[in-house]
Amino acid sequence: MSIIVNHLTYRYNPGTAMESTALDDINLKIEDGEFIGLIGHTGSGKSTLVQQLNGILKPTSGGVYVDGADIGDDGYDLKKLRGEVGLVFQYPEHQLFETDVFKDVCFGPKNLGLTQKETELRAYEALKQVGIADEYFYQSPFDLSGGQKRRVAIAGVLAMKPKVLILDEPTAGLDPKGRDELLDKLTSIRQDTGCTIILVSHSMEDVARYADRIVVMHKGRIAFDDTPMEVFKHRDELKEMGLGVPGITETMYKLKDAGFPVSTDIITVDTAVTEIMKVLGR
Amino acid sequence: MAIIKTDNLTFEYIRRDEEGNVEGITTAVDNVSFEIKRGEFVAILGHNGSGKSTLAKHLNAILFPTEGTVFVDGKDTSEDANLWDVRETVGMVFQNPDNQIIGQVVEEDVGFGPENLGVPTAEIWERMEESLKAVGMYEFRKKSPNRLSGGQKQRVSIAGVLAMHPQCIVLDEPTAMLDPIGRKEVIRAVRALNDVEKITAILITHYMDEIVHADKVIVMDKGKIAMAGTPREIFSQVDKLKSLSLDVPQVTMCAHKLREAGLNIPEGILTNDEFVKALQQCQ
Ligand SMILES: Nc1ncnc2c1ncn2[C@@H]1O[C@H](COP(=O)(O)OP(=O)(O)O)[C@@H](O)[C@H]1O
Ligand SMILES: Nc1ncnc2c1ncn2[C@@H]1O[C@H](COP(=O)(O)OP(=O)(O)O)[C@@H](O)[C@H]1O
Ligand SMILES: [Mg+2]
Ligand SMILES: [Mg+2]
Repeated sequence: MSIIVNHLTYRYNPGTAMESTALDDINLKIEDGEFIGLIGHTGSGKSTLVQQLNGILKPTSGGVYVDGADIGDDGYDLKKLRGEVGLVFQYPEHQLFETDVFKDVCFGPKNLGLTQKETELRAYEALKQVGIADEYFYQSPFDLSGGQKRRVAIAGVLAMKPKVLILDEPTAGLDPKGRDELLDKLTSIRQDTGCTIILVSHSMEDVARYADRIVVMHKGRIAFDDTPMEVFKHRDELKEMGLGVPGITETMYKLKDAGFPVSTDIITVDTAVTEIMKVLGR
Repeated sequence: MAIIKTDNLTFEYIRRDEEGNVEGITTAVDNVSFEIKRGEFVAILGHNGSGKSTLAKHLNAILFPTEGTVFVDGKDTSEDANLWDVRETVGMVFQNPDNQIIGQVVEEDVGFGPENLGVPTAEIWERMEESLKAVGMYEFRKKSPNRLSGGQKQRVSIAGVLAMHPQCIVLDEPTAMLDPIGRKEVIRAVRALNDVEKITAILITHYMDEIVHADKVIVMDKGKIAMAGTPREIFSQVDKLKSLSLDVPQVTMCAHKLREAGLNIPEGILTNDEFVKALQQCQ
């Protein structure tokens, strides 16, 4: 499923004293099966942008085209779109509301008009995918730990079998292991289903490791859109935007400053190890 | 005397059904004893659900031990007569700045705390000014908190706590919701308070790079203390940390892997500077 964002501008509270331009002439083409990291300082427009992609917010001008069709057209089936472009909101656990975990995950597929049986099959499968054991299925979601709630909320979106899965800062507040497990899980879901993943993140290390394309937002505009390797070459500009490069990339710059003939095009620990061993002649 | 001391602290959350019968018990903090000295910067790590927040809430008398004792500045927190002293001694900052800021204007928000303590108006203004300056937010004093970034809001929350003149400040994942610059701003502010104002700081976080400057690190696991030591002692044990659901900074990990690959480089490298020096010695 391809998504094209064409000259999209979005203003909150247009025509009032509170008017603010959150997105300013955004152009973006998202291909099938990509893993995109979306980064940017707080308020740069990331959440506003992802809410345009499944029609929750409507452009002030410009448009979003999904498989060639303008999702802003009268009569466009937005309900179907929201099943296909699944959005996991920031802190999704605050939106759990059903009396038990299983019912909560059934909500999405049921809403798509699937039969009871199909709905339940999908809920079951999604809960397994995120690693929630059977014993929790009939517990109240409110009795789970924060990390478990997060996974249940993600299962609710997975159960709709979206072709594009968007997650808005899904790892905030998770411990390092929970974070790695979730990101590994997303990678394997993408491998298994071929779906597109858009990951909004504040961690340069995570997007360097997992994404194959990074889109950098700055003040409502796209500042960079390239492979992680290329994007993280813009160290100074990224710092000025309140972002930066992965910790290990910064380390390589410090080595270079100290006279080691190392490459600074390094964004993961493993490639750093190889590079340093090479330079030291080991 | 230690500013904080816990003696075999245990806390149980008890779940009851509608009739009040006990449905389940979670031992969130399990027989924990430690001491924090005045002026120390202590980091607390641990997996989600390891009991960090429950522990933190004991330090300013939001929760009280099921068993054991917590002393703040030598005072037992579970004695009613000590309640206000304890809450004045220890201030808390939480994860979500939006739930902590109530004022319409930054300076008004910072003034609420001292006002509630009955501080005279002239002094409230002094405290407001000094607290906002301490976190680098004085120039924003006339602004509406809604207009601030996450890192700025969080620094206003910290100023609000500072204005109550605590001796110790507990920060429960204050950077979890922030972007990289916001995280840096907050950590810088906390370190300055600790270095310059000598306020005891207790920082709970999942970001390993935020704690390399701590005096001491406590690692929680399932309600118990699993490790305690200096950052270097803790970060020298990469495999153990991983088994506790934690991690080390990337530079520490890189040094660890180089060592495994046969390079003569010490464990527990914490900063880029240390790393560069260690590699220079390998040349
Ligand atoms: N509901 C809203 N009403 C008014 N302004 C908003 C609203 N949501 C976001 N904004 C503004 O839009 C801009 C982009 O915000 P957002 O998309 O949330 O950024 P990010 O997700 O990158 O932090 C910011 O200036 C923010 O203040
Ligand atoms: N209000 C509560 N009621 C019942 N159980 C709770 C409550 N708060 C936390 N718990 C449980 O206590 C344990 C410790 O939680 P917490 O102190 O929040 O850990 P952390 O802050 O390390 O994530 C967890 O098992 C959690 O589910
Ligand atoms: Mg956002
Ligand atoms: Mg907590």
